[in-house]
Amino acid sequence: MSQEETVTPQDDLPRPERVPFFQRLLDNPFLLLFLGVVMPTVFYIMWGIMEIATLPVAP
Amino acid sequence: MAQFRVCPDSGFYFDKNAESLMKANAVAGAVFLLIAGLLGLGVILTRWQEVHLLPADVFYQVLTGHGINALIFWIIFFEIAILYFASSTLLRTRLAAPRWAWLGFALMIIGALMNNIAVLQGNSSVMMTSYAPMQAAPHFYLGLILFAVGALIGCMVFFGTLVIAKEDRTYEGSVPLVTFGAITAAIIAVFTIASGAIILIPTFLWSIGYVGHIDAAMYRVIWWGMGHSSQQINVAAHVSVWYLLVGVLFGARPMSEKVSRMAFLLYILFLQLACAHHVLVDPGLSAEFKVFNTSYAMYLAVLASMIHGLTVPGSMEVAQRQKGLTKGMFEWLRKAPWGNPVFSGFFLSLVIFGFLGGITGVVMGTEQINLIIHNTIYVPAHFHATVAVGTTLAFMALTYLLIPVLFRRQTFLPWMAKWQPYVFSAGMTLMILFMLGAGTLGVSRRHWDMDFTGAMLAFEYPGTAYTMMAVAGIGGVLGVLGGVMYLVVTVGSLLFGKKLDESAGLLQGFGVPLAPSSYTVEQPERLPMAPKLAVEEHGSAGFEAPGTFVLAMFLLVCFVVYYFINWDYLASVWPLS
Amino acid sequence: MSSFLPPAERNWWSTPVGKQEVIWVGIALVWCLIMFLMMPYWHLYGKQNLSSEAYQTTPAKFQQRVDEMVAQYQVGEEAGMPIVKPPVGSDVYMLGRLWQWYPILELEKDQPYRLHLSSMDWNHGFSLQPVNINLQIIPGYEMVLTVTPDQAGEFTVVCNEFCGIGHHVMLGKIYVKEN
Repeated sequence: MSQEETVTPQDDLPRPERVPFFQRLLDNPFLLLFLGVVMPTVFYIMWGIMEIATLPVAP
Repeated sequence: MAQFRVCPDSGFYFDKNAESLMKANAVAGAVFLLIAGLLGLGVILTRWQEVHLLPADVFYQVLTGHGINALIFWIIFFEIAILYFASSTLLRTRLAAPRWAWLGFALMIIGALMNNIAVLQGNSSVMMTSYAPMQAAPHFYLGLILFAVGALIGCMVFFGTLVIAKEDRTYEGSVPLVTFGAITAAIIAVFTIASGAIILIPTFLWSIGYVGHIDAAMYRVIWWGMGHSSQQINVAAHVSVWYLLVGVLFGARPMSEKVSRMAFLLYILFLQLACAHHVLVDPGLSAEFKVFNTSYAMYLAVLASMIHGLTVPGSMEVAQRQKGLTKGMFEWLRKAPWGNPVFSGFFLSLVIFGFLGGITGVVMGTEQINLIIHNTIYVPAHFHATVAVGTTLAFMALTYLLIPVLFRRQTFLPWMAKWQPYVFSAGMTLMILFMLGAGTLGVSRRHWDMDFTGAMLAFEYPGTAYTMMAVAGIGGVLGVLGGVMYLVVTVGSLLFGKKLDESAGLLQGFGVPLAPSSYTVEQPERLPMAPKLAVEEHGSAGFEAPGTFVLAMFLLVCFVVYYFINWDYLASVWPLS
Repeated sequence: MSSFLPPAERNWWSTPVGKQEVIWVGIALVWCLIMFLMMPYWHLYGKQNLSSEAYQTTPAKFQQRVDEMVAQYQVGEEAGMPIVKPPVGSDVYMLGRLWQWYPILELEKDQPYRLHLSSMDWNHGFSLQPVNINLQIIPGYEMVLTVTPDQAGEFTVVCNEFCGIGHHVMLGKIYVKEN
C-alpha cells in the first residue's frame, strides 16, 4: 500500500466502493447492535419461551 | 464547549466531563468490590466446614449480597468507566450528553444502594437469581431495575459518543480495536438489560401484588438472558482491556485487525446464546434448543475466545521480538516486566481465564455433561475463574495504569501493588481448583451445611470433599487478602499518593475536575492511523509468534484431555433417557 | 501502540493474515466442530441423555399422583416417611417441597423406571449422591425421565437449589436392591 500523500486522485475516488462488505459491517456499530440483540432474542429467548409455553398439560 | 486535557505521561486526551464520569464510576465500582469481597469472606469461611462461621440465615443473606455486588454492581460500574474511556478518550472526542451520563450514574447508585438495603433488611435473601416464586421485597427488584436503567443510559451515551466522533471526524479510518471490543461489550449490555427489564419489571409488579403469577420456568429462561449475558459483557470488556494493556505496555499491535475483529463479531452474534448453560437440566426444553444454544451455534464464540487467546499474547510476542528479545521460544515472556502489576495482572488474568475459566465453562456447558455438574460448587468455581480472576484481575491491572493517567496520582505502596496480582491470583486459583474438585464429588453450591445438621435422613460426603472445601477456604481467604491489598493501594493512592498534577486532591479522585488551567478548549489533533509496519520476519518457520503458538497448543491439549475425561465420568453414572 | 489506534490500513480487511493465525483458526474450528458433534453423537450412542418429556401440572395434581402411588405400593416407613416399592418399569413419582423429598423409593437394580419429578412450592435441585446426577425441579412442571439404576445401595437426594432457611436439611432417599 502506498502512503496517503502519494495516492493519486484516481486511486482515491473509487475507494468507498471498494470497502469490502465485512469491513462495512464491522464499521457500523448500529447494525451490529441490531444483530447482537436480534440473534439471542430469537434463538434463545423466543425459542425457549415457545417450547415452555407449548408443553402439554399433564394427563 | 468541550474541554480537554492531555496526560503528559501517556498522551491520552481526556474530555473534562468524561474524565469526571470515569473517575466516579471506577470509584463506585471499587466500593462495591469492597462490599462484595468482605461478604465473600463470610461465604468462604462458612463453606469451610471446620470454621462454619455464619448461622444459616446470615449465610444466605451474605451470599445474596456477595453475588449481586460482585457480579453486577462492581463490574458494571467499572465497565461504564471503560465504555467512556474507549469512546471519548481513545477517539479524542467529547462525551455525548454528559448530563444524561450523570443521571445514569445517579440511577445506578440509587439502585445499587436500594438493592443492598433490601438484602440488609433480611427479607430478600433470595440469592442473586431470585428464582420466582421465591419472593424478595419489592425494593430488591426496583433497585435492580433502576440500576439497569442507569446502565442503559450509560450504553446510549457510549453509542452517542461514537456518533459524535464519527461526525466530527476525530479519528482517521476505522475505530481502534480496543474501541471495537468496547462496542461488543456495549451491545451485549443492551441485550442483558433488555432481558432484565422483560423479567424484572413483571416480577417487581408481582411483588407488590399487581401481577398474580410469575411462571417459574419462563422466569429462569429470561432471567438467565440477563444473568449470563451480564457476564458476557465482562468477557468482551476484559478482552478489550487485554488488547489495550498489551498496546500500552509493549506498543503491541493486533496481529491482524481482521481476525481480531471477526472474533469480536462472533461474540456479538453468538456469545449470548450460552445463557442456555443454565437451563440444560430444566424440564421441557428440547435437545435441539439446548445443543444449538449451549454450543453458541457450533462453538463459534469459543472459537472467538481461542482466537483472542492466541492473538493477545501473540501481539505481545511480536512486539517483544521486534525489540530484540528473540532468543529461543520464550525470551519475550521471560523478560517481560513481571514486577509491574499492570503486566502481571494482565497476564495472570489471561492465563487463568483461559486455562481454568474457559475450559471448565465449555465442559460444563456441554449438554449432557451438565448433568454431573449443574448446581454443584463446580459452577461457582468456574465463574470465579472467569469473573473474579479473568475480569476482576484485568480491571485491577487497568486500575494500576489509570491511577497516574486518569487520577494523576502516583501509586501508593508500590511494593504492595507489585505483589497484589500474585497474592490475589494464587489465592483464587487455589480456591477454584479445590472447589472444582469438591464439585466433582457432588458438593452443592449455595448450601449452608454439608453435614446436613438436623435433617431427618442422613448423608455424608466423602472425607476428601471436606479437605477440598478447607483448602478452598484457605485459598479464598488469601484471595480476599489480595483484594484488600488492591483496595489499600487504590484508596491509599487517592489519599496519600504523590500528586502528579497539583490540583489532584481527594475530591478530584471522586470526579471533581482538576484545576481549570489543566484544560483547554482546543480540540485535540485528529487521531492518526497506526503507523504502517515495515514487513520483517522475526519468528521462525514463518511464524510471527512461535512461543505463543506453543502455549496455545498446550492449552488445546489440556482442553481436549479434560473434555474427554468428563465424558468418561459421565458415562459412569446411571443411564438416563 | 496500534491496538488503541485506528488500523494502519484504511482497507484493513484486505490486509493478508499471517500463516500462524490461519493455522490456529483452522485447528480451533476443527476442535469446535468435534465438540459440537459430541452432543448429537451422545444422543445416538451415549446412555446418559436427559429426556425432554415434560408436562405442565399443578402442585395439587402432582401430589395426587404421588399419594396414589404411596397408597398402592408402600412397603415400610423410615423417619416418618413412607418407603415405596413400585413395580419395575412403572411410573414412579417423587416430589420436592420445603424441606423434603417425598417419598422414599425402593428400586431394583438394572431395571428401568419412568421417574416423574416436580416441586410443590419453589425451585429445588434434585442431586442424586454419590452418583452425582443433578436436575432442576421447577414448580408447575413435571419432568419425566427413564432411569436405570446400575448400582445397588443407598442413595441420597440432596437439594442443591437454594430453597430457604431449611434448604440444608432437605434430603431424600432412593434404595436400590439387587434382584
